[in-house]
Amino acid sequence: MVSRRSVPVRKLSLDKRLKTFEEVVLGYTESEALEEAKRCLKCKLEPCSKACPLNIDIAKFVEYIKERRFKKALEVILEKNPFPAITGRVCPQEVLCQRDCTLRKLGDPLAIGKLERFLGDYQIENNIMDLKVPEKVKGKVAIVGSGPAGLMGAVELRKLGYEVTIFEALHEAGGVMVYGIPEFRLPRRVLRFYINYVKKLGVNIVLDSVIGKIFTIEELLRDYDAVLLATGAGTPKFLNIPGEELNGVYSANEFLIRINLMKAYKFPYYDTPIKLGKRIAVVGGGNTAMDVSRIALRLGVEEVIVLYRRTEAEMPARREEVENAKEEGVKFMLLTQPIALIGDENGWVRKVKCIKMKLGKPDASGRRRPIPIPGSEFDVEVDNVVIAIGAEVNKLIQRTTPDLKVDRKGHVIVDEYGRTSIERVYAAGDVVTGAATVIEALAAAKKVAHTIHRDLHGGD
Amino acid sequence: MFKILSNHIIAPEIRKIEIYAPEIAKRAKAGQFVVIRVDERGERIPLTLVDWNPNKGSITLVFQEVGVTTKKLGRVKKGKYILDVIGPLGNPTEVKNYGTIVGVGGGVGNACLLPVMREFKRAGNYTVSMIGARTSELLILEDELSEVSDELYIATDDGSRGYKGFVTDLLKRFLERRRPDLVYAVGPTIMMKVVSSITKPYGVKTIVSLNPIMVDGTGMCGACRVIVGGKLRFACIDGPEFDGHQVNFDALMNRLRMYKEEEELALSLLEKSIKR
Ligand SMILES: Cc1cc2nc3c(=O)[nH]c(=O)nc-3n(C[C@H](O)[C@H](O)[C@H](O)COP(=O)(O)OP(=O)(O)OC[C@H]3O[C@@H](n4cnc5c(N)ncnc54)[C@H](O)[C@@H]3O)c2cc1C
Ligand SMILES: Cc1cc2nc3c(=O)[nH]c(=O)nc-3n(C[C@H](O)[C@H](O)[C@H](O)COP(=O)(O)OP(=O)(O)OC[C@H]3O[C@@H](n4cnc5c(N)ncnc54)[C@H](O)[C@@H]3O)c2cc1C
Ligand code: SF4
Ligand code: SF4
Ligand code: FES
Repeated sequence: MVSRRSVPVRKLSLDKRLKTFEEVVLGYTESEALEEAKRCLKCKLEPCSKACPLNIDIAKFVEYIKERRFKKALEVILEKNPFPAITGRVCPQEVLCQRDCTLRKLGDPLAIGKLERFLGDYQIENNIMDLKVPEKVKGKVAIVGSGPAGLMGAVELRKLGYEVTIFEALHEAGGVMVYGIPEFRLPRRVLRFYINYVKKLGVNIVLDSVIGKIFTIEELLRDYDAVLLATGAGTPKFLNIPGEELNGVYSANEFLIRINLMKAYKFPYYDTPIKLGKRIAVVGGGNTAMDVSRIALRLGVEEVIVLYRRTEAEMPARREEVENAKEEGVKFMLLTQPIALIGDENGWVRKVKCIKMKLGKPDASGRRRPIPIPGSEFDVEVDNVVIAIGAEVNKLIQRTTPDLKVDRKGHVIVDEYGRTSIERVYAAGDVVTGAATVIEALAAAKKVAHTIHRDLHGGD
Repeated sequence: MFKILSNHIIAPEIRKIEIYAPEIAKRAKAGQFVVIRVDERGERIPLTLVDWNPNKGSITLVFQEVGVTTKKLGRVKKGKYILDVIGPLGNPTEVKNYGTIVGVGGGVGNACLLPVMREFKRAGNYTVSMIGARTSELLILEDELSEVSDELYIATDDGSRGYKGFVTDLLKRFLERRRPDLVYAVGPTIMMKVVSSITKPYGVKTIVSLNPIMVDGTGMCGACRVIVGGKLRFACIDGPEFDGHQVNFDALMNRLRMYKEEEELALSLLEKSIKR
């Protein structure tokens, strides 16, 4: 009889968590991984694999774990996914592989993400890299953006025999994984391992290069056989309410860039400052809002309040991160929508004027639409506000590439194979879908890499 | 890594620096800027492209040593390197034949005025430059500006050169007599605010080049947001030039003060470490 409960994962103790940026979830030990792996039923239909965007053969790698053949298990994953230590940590497993796991009928699904991470960590510890690439060069591809989509595209195209150059606007590679997701969820050594891997495969990563400014797409098409746009959705949205220009108000992206990329938490040792008071309100309910909140607590902010306009059930954040945030002391004001920010005589934000909401009928996204309750306005006193209500596509490239078709929101329009309206130009990841997930960006980029190969060489 | 080709003081606390950045030099246009980061712990700051030489592969920046980053940059010797130079960023100035253009510069903004006036002149405009500084020692690039201006006026706060008073007084007097087709202002925010309020009653189109605090310079952070025509705009990708009559300058000035204490702390620490 299998256990109905997953082997619980160890976490850093609460008091340590709130003082450092050390990783919170510690991952399975070998014996824990073995014990958890034993729960797998090896279902014939493999519902778990079908729900994984990269179709990892889950039952198979879990079987190898049971046999303690970790290298073999890892190889099963690497066939489909070059970055297991990343996806094992950041995939929203509860809506992907683990959602359809048969074990859910009995209790907890198999902790697939934790087992994948176990193997990813094993990979890093033992420095296992699959560096096989064809000798003959089939062509040259330029990739714009070094987030998950760009990195995946690079790996896949390298393995198909292409020379690959990635152009990245920022001074570090990794996209959201380096400037957005904090170290306590995705340690930089993990990201560094994989960036190093991509470089070792022979991919040329050129930093500090804003495409659309330093080179246009047209120019890239002269030097490369194909261009893959993987520029993400990095432009922060604001609420468009009065007071957003006040000091003390940050977009989530600015907050995260200052902390994760510029190391403002080490100011003045590092030169970039961040200025936080005792109480901060974070507007939004996604991963970004959770990350900002948990960082704020680690920086000594006394009270962090998440303002979200729907209920907990609708929050798009990974379940695990909502739980972690709660454990760490983040407070939630649900069904609450800010309508104005109010500043003091020094132009610093002091209050968020809010209105209470109730849930109405489901909207197009299937989630129940929040509606304001008239007369329910109230103020929340704050020293800072961080706006984490999502991001949209940066329009830099479109502006210099008039032929590139985009939809109303600026998403690059592609056919089902990832081709844009311009010949030899492809796109994948958040720039196509809008803000989504790492795994979806990986899956899309992989598919597009094969489209490029097919279009250039009739391969598959 | 970007090599420093030269680094000179051109006025007290103002430096001109030439950096090897061939791809940027090929594409730079008047009105654009770069973001630089000096070292591993450094902040990213924007500086205007004052000149560029595609043959030599170099770009020229002029900056005032006001805080940690500009002081660090000032100390990087010829032949040494800085970590990052990103650009050309921002929208280029819309250069066409407007007719008569008055360019107003203040302080280090005079350097930013130079490439813009040069292009305006090249496009066949009649160019009038008005440049101001606290005192004559701080007047920079006067000869260069004179070369691209049909008329050049100078103002210093202390009267040590040219008109005694603000450069905006010169503009006011000019408008009492003549009607330019465009006024272009770059310099301290308060100066650009005053310029815009002077030109407004005359209905003269006024472009200002804004200088909010920036981080990435590519539209990803929103630190550079300014209110223009009642709407939030990002100066790095929507600007840095905007219609001066639409800009909420008070909000911008407020935002520029946000890190005052941190800037002072960082600077005092840097100065201590330099002394040691
Ligand atoms: C705070 C935060 C937390 C998140 N947490 C999770 C999570 O736990 N799990 C999960 O699955 N997803 C999470 N996400 C979402 C996930 O990170 C994204 O969906 C994913 O990174 C998208 O990948 P991408 O490669 O399409 O784009 P990005 O990761 O955004 O990378 C795009 C890259 O392109 C560069 N670029 C943009 N324009 C240009 C240009 N013109 N020239 C050159 N380079 C350019 C950018 O600088 C960036 O490096 C989170 C997002 C955020 C913001
Ligand atoms: C598009 C753009 C172009 C610019 N071009 C130039 C240029 O060509 N030459 C030049 O010298 N400066 C220019 N600036 C301003 C320059 O970026 C700042 O002076 C610089 O960030 C200061 O950095 P710091 O670390 O040395 O000083 P900090 O420690 O950041 O600041 C020191 C002092 O400078 C003030 N300050 C900080 N940021 C700014 C700012 N953005 N504008 C005005 N004052 C500020 C602070 O209030 C403080 O008093 C430009 C700004 C923008 C947005
Ligand atoms: S990649 Fe993500 S969705 Fe796929 S098996 Fe791993 S954790 Fe699950
Ligand atoms: S559905 Fe669950 S139990 Fe079945 S094979 Fe997949 S992981 Fe194992
Ligand atoms: S500087 Fe970050 S958006 Fe403009």
